[in-house]
Amino acid sequence: MGLVTPELGTFIWMFIAFASVFFLLKKYAWPSIVDAIEERNNSIKEALLSAENAKEEMAKLQADNQEILKAARRERELMLKEAKELGDQIVREAKSKATEEAEKVVSSARKAIENDKVAALGEIKKQVASLSVEIAEKVLRHQFEDDQQQKDYFQELMKDVNIN
Amino acid sequence: MTCRFINLIFSNGMKHIHRLLLIAFFFTCLTPAFASVSDEQQHETHQESHKKEKFEPGNFIMDHIADAYDWHVFSYGDFHFTAPLPVIVYSQHSGFHIFMSSNFHHGHSSYKGFELAKEGEYRGKVVELVDGHQVRPFDISMTKNVVAMLISMLFLLLIFISVAKTYTRRKGQEPKGLQAFLEPIIVFVIDEIAKPAIGEKKYKKFVPFLLTIFFFIWLNNMMGLVPFLPGGANVTGNITITMVLALFTFIITTINGNKNYWKHIFNTPGVPWWLKFPVPLMPLVELMGVFTKPFVLMVRLFANITAGHMIVLAFISLIFIFGEMNPALGMGTSVVSVFFVIFMDVLELLVALIQAYVFTLLSALYFGMAVEEHH
Repeated sequence: MGLVTPELGTFIWMFIAFASVFFLLKKYAWPSIVDAIEERNNSIKEALLSAENAKEEMAKLQADNQEILKAARRERELMLKEAKELGDQIVREAKSKATEEAEKVVSSARKAIENDKVAALGEIKKQVASLSVEIAEKVLRHQFEDDQQQKDYFQELMKDVNIN
Repeated sequence: MTCRFINLIFSNGMKHIHRLLLIAFFFTCLTPAFASVSDEQQHETHQESHKKEKFEPGNFIMDHIADAYDWHVFSYGDFHFTAPLPVIVYSQHSGFHIFMSSNFHHGHSSYKGFELAKEGEYRGKVVELVDGHQVRPFDISMTKNVVAMLISMLFLLLIFISVAKTYTRRKGQEPKGLQAFLEPIIVFVIDEIAKPAIGEKKYKKFVPFLLTIFFFIWLNNMMGLVPFLPGGANVTGNITITMVLALFTFIITTINGNKNYWKHIFNTPGVPWWLKFPVPLMPLVELMGVFTKPFVLMVRLFANITAGHMIVLAFISLIFIFGEMNPALGMGTSVVSVFFVIFMDVLELLVALIQAYVFTLLSALYFGMAVEEHH
């Protein structure tokens, strides 16, 4: 049957044509196509990977930022607290110093007053003494002119002394 | 009259099934006019005896499937437009000849002692008449199949070299146009055929061949379904063509066969020794397998494509067989036949791809066996 009998002529044509087309495509078409596809696949893979990495890095950065922010906030709070404490302390110190000072002033004033009082009392005592001596002198002078009277008066004085 | 018209169309070598299909389709309206013309012409032409032949579906189908020395484009009544192709023959008696096939006048006349055999072993082939015997010369004519094959080769070169250029030009960019259409198919051949069949390590070497046969077979299967030039030739349904393809697979397999591959053939592991010695039964079977594998490749592609064409032609023939009995019956049959032919053509679109895939996959598997390492 002609249908299943190979023809030599067709065989030769086909063999030459197929071999040359195979050779040409192998040389000029397939390598650049296959390489380009592979290269692009790789670059896509890489791009995806680097995008993933970037995302991770971003997340890390964000976490870091959060951390830094938190630390800053803590620091601020700490600083505020310290400042407040310091302020309080200063106020307290100032207060105590003022009190001390005031007390000092008061005590010195009191001392001065005491001194003045003592001095004044001493003066008064002196004057009273001299006055009483003067008066006593005068009284004595006047009284001792009469003996009876002198005795009575003495008696009377003695009564008073006894009570003491 | 209609019957005569049918005979006329066929006896005049109306080559194209799909052209026939069209004519069959518009049968009803055209028949009266045509019939009268042909009736008149019938008496004028010298092919009278031819026309009265009965319609023979066997010959009709074979003529359409087989190779031809000219390329029939269309017929209109008695007018045939046929592209002549070069006949190149070397005869031991008269030497080397190159002439156009139109010199045969569709097989009706001989030229330089050569003619187209009408019957017998060399039916449809160029033969030389020597002492009243038909002798087949050494024939390297550019037949219809050869020209169709060369055209498809040209297409392959144009398509893939331009696509390769696009790849170089648009490096790293998204595919576009023809490149975008072909890329998934190329990737499919690489990722789904070459890699799993041959293995991740060694597939690269075979990719160019696998891509070439895949696209060659697919393109020619598809072109075989196109009813007009440059399609219409039954290239992948030609046993010589599939033989060359299978031969390439065989050569590449054999060249790349490693130690392990040959050891599997001549000293198959896991087989009892008495199957190898003293009678080398297993080696013989294995060695036969080396040749049957490409042989099966050749036959499978040829048979699948030829069978598809045959079924389509058989459905068309039905119209004319019934038409011969009764014109009305022929018309009725044509409706059914055309429906089945359309169905078959759609199926053949699928078969075209499947056969290309199967041929490529099996070739890849054979390469895989050849380069498989001992494990």
